[in-house]
Amino acid sequence: MKAKIHVYLKPGVLDPQGAAVAGALHNMGYDEVTAARQGKLIELDLTGDDVEAARKRVDEMCAKLLSNPVIESYSIELA
Amino acid sequence: MKSAVIVFPGSNCDRDAHDAIEKVTGHKPAMVWHQDSDLPEGTEFVMVPGGFSYGDYLRCGSMASRSAIMPAIVAHAATGAPVLGVCNGFQILTESGLLPGALMRNAGLKFVCEKAPLTVENANTQFTSRYEAGAQLLVPIAHHDGNYFADPDTLDRIEGEGQVVFRYGRNPNGSARDIAGITNEQGNVMGMMPHPERAVDMGHGGTDGLALFESLLGSA
Repeated sequence: MKAKIHVYLKPGVLDPQGAAVAGALHNMGYDEVTAARQGKLIELDLTGDDVEAARKRVDEMCAKLLSNPVIESYSIELA
Repeated sequence: MKSAVIVFPGSNCDRDAHDAIEKVTGHKPAMVWHQDSDLPEGTEFVMVPGGFSYGDYLRCGSMASRSAIMPAIVAHAATGAPVLGVCNGFQILTESGLLPGALMRNAGLKFVCEKAPLTVENANTQFTSRYEAGAQLLVPIAHHDGNYFADPDTLDRIEGEGQVVFRYGRNPNGSARDIAGITNEQGNVMGMMPHPERAVDMGHGGTDGLALFESLLGSA
């Protein structure tokens, strides 16, 4: 089984890297970009085939290490 | 006071911390490897030094804060004993939950390396009792992720409780309310981005960090 975890900054947390990306896109002429937020994608290979059990474990991994609840949220996809 | 300096893979201020502690106390601190699970018997002061533990992968300090020694440091802090985290050490202490908030990428996106003007906001802590309240210091900073963030309620609370100990005179990194160093609510755990251990000898170009170690460890 594979888990894909998206980690992104919470709304309201300033993202200077995202702001720099938006600025660079503007400089390239992509004026339709109004904002950019930069996050992370983490892929895990997992043993076992119980999706609900895996979701619980991956959720725990996110809370304990993969995200920082002070500044980040996350979402989990299992396949 | 018996001291210990924690050493992670990628720590690079551990020996500066060692030398600063030895200079003030006359005793060498124990150097404790991150994979140890206990602090040496009788340890009173724990210093978590600067550097780039685990290459700053994932988030600065995130993996170090989950290393084997951390439960012992958390338990040590819970007894009220002093713990100081500098730079990467500050990041590790926020990641471990010992201090509120988080350290994010500098607002200017650049690594900053300079002498930072600081104001001592609270001289009534065990880390700052040898400073005058409002004293102006020059202490080196060297970081890419020193942009202190906490939600407005947390910021109001730590300001109200006197937990903001150092503030930048000129904000180098976008930190909320110019915050350079904070303590926990109990006042026994402090984290700061500036490096007091790099300002304890005229060979460093200044000694404004010396009083911090003297406050904590006493001195001749």
